[in-house]
Amino acid sequence: MSTRAPAVQARQLVKTYPGDVTALSGLDITVEPGTVFGLLGPNGAGKSTTVKILTTLARPDSGTATVAGHDVLRHADRVRRAIGVVAQKSGADPVATGRENLQLQGRLYGLRGADLNRRVTELLDRFRLSDAAGRQVKGYSGGMQRRLDVALGLVHRPEVLFLDEPTTGLDPEARTAMWDEITRLAGDEGLSILLTTHYLEEADRLADRIAVVDRGHVVVEGTPDGLKGELRGDAVHLELRAPVQDAGRTLLEGALAALPGVRETQFDGRRVSVRADDGAAAVPALLGALERAGVAVTAATVARPSLDDVYLRYAGRRYSEAQAATGDESAADALAPAGGAR
Amino acid sequence: MSTAIPQTWYMTQRQLMVFLRQPAYLLITLIQPVVWLFLFGNLFKKVVELGGFGTTTYLDYLIPGVVVMSALSSNMWAGMATLDEIQRGTLNRFLTTPVSRGALMNGNVVSNGLVTALQSVVIVLLGLLGGAELPGGAGGVLILVVAAVLLGTVFGALSNALGMLVRERESIIGINTFLLLPLTFLSSAFMAPSQMPSWMRHMADFNPLNWAMVAGRSAMSGHPDPSDVLTRGGALLVLAVAAVWLSTRTFRSYQRSV
Repeated sequence: MSTRAPAVQARQLVKTYPGDVTALSGLDITVEPGTVFGLLGPNGAGKSTTVKILTTLARPDSGTATVAGHDVLRHADRVRRAIGVVAQKSGADPVATGRENLQLQGRLYGLRGADLNRRVTELLDRFRLSDAAGRQVKGYSGGMQRRLDVALGLVHRPEVLFLDEPTTGLDPEARTAMWDEITRLAGDEGLSILLTTHYLEEADRLADRIAVVDRGHVVVEGTPDGLKGELRGDAVHLELRAPVQDAGRTLLEGALAALPGVRETQFDGRRVSVRADDGAAAVPALLGALERAGVAVTAATVARPSLDDVYLRYAGRRYSEAQAATGDESAADALAPAGGAR
Repeated sequence: MSTAIPQTWYMTQRQLMVFLRQPAYLLITLIQPVVWLFLFGNLFKKVVELGGFGTTTYLDYLIPGVVVMSALSSNMWAGMATLDEIQRGTLNRFLTTPVSRGALMNGNVVSNGLVTALQSVVIVLLGLLGGAELPGGAGGVLILVVAAVLLGTVFGALSNALGMLVRERESIIGINTFLLLPLTFLSSAFMAPSQMPSWMRHMADFNPLNWAMVAGRSAMSGHPDPSDVLTRGGALLVLAVAAVWLSTRTFRSYQRSV
């Protein structure tokens, strides 16, 4: 690693909104320069609040944060010069053309004349918007708008780029295109990226390091492979015909955990998640034990551990469940891309 | 601070573009004044015979009233545009850039002022086409336009403050609908003060809309009364400064609530 200051360093951030809504309850993160850092969590976990504090929009109740070496509270202006922000909401001017949006954004950072025009043309090319440059943004497709948003965030060549749920609301094709775009950005000399997402697959694919956020703080942090690797062995998912009652559950958990090669079991309504050294070998034993206990199994799958398993392990609940708790109807959608066997 | 002025101009340009790229909107803003000047004006043109209007034709009397009323009705919707910008994320996008916070607010004030000035001049020109005389000349028109811009600034800033505070379109629509007609009828827009019931006349004295009309009408008459212009104009200026200050305060509280 380099000796440069961390791109982002947040210590013990706390933020409470009126009505005693705790958004952050002591969040710590460090983003090394030149890396992509993924903040992963369901809606309402505190990702957006973190981004708002780090981009000088909101003030924490307590805690400290520096971005590109500048304190977000004492030197907000220096932070603003060093960062590019792609927020969840587009924010582009719908009546202005793509080119005009970029020109205005550049002027706000002090770019002028030929320098400005060169930079704008360069970004339009890079984000495949040259043909649409003279058209009003209100006629852009979702994917084009999102690409323009990213271009807006890059106009002044920031040191740190914030991408707040960059692919939410995009169709699968546009999402894949955006992923390629972000991957290319990550290769840019020295650019550090803080990415928030509630798509497990997105974090897995784009981030060098991931912090899983739940209820306002980081529950676990590491590289995607490291996190999955910590869950040694395979994940066996069993689906039961009916949920097991509390009393029987403890007994059953004990019985399953005692089976050879089984490391951990977690009951979650009709679903049982088991970690086993060799998933395929453990299935017959698991089914046998459940049958003896009179519990009917409707499906069994074996998979390499996914980030969903990581989430379940550290946040103590399923990712989809956490999403549902926030009333977010896209929960199933969020889980879907990560559901496939690895 | 040296960058605040060009930045204010960029923000102003941006807002003006919204206005100019929606030709339908431009046209609609002119339909109302035409209705007031020519339909209403012709319908009631005999009222000048009652006396106390200080003009020879009703159209001459009506022009300042319609200019000021139009300034009110176009500026009182400023909060809707601000609300759009908040909901679209545009305001937050600007707040994460080093743009001067003052420029964001001032861009609104300046662009609304320019639009109001343009609208006022067009209404006066329409009046001239309709045969108005305007004994006060260009100087009188200028004072009327300034008074209309100040009044527009008062209500534009208040509307912006309301938009940032309540963040609901319905509240702005409700308040505007509630205010527009009473404020207009409790003023000398359509009727000479001497012909108004005395309680209405007294209430009109406290109506900023009426201040702008009195100042403009006096300046546009053949024999302007400098004290009318200065007292009413001064009061409008004070009110405009207070309203902009209030909306800047609200803007700060919006930033804290993000």
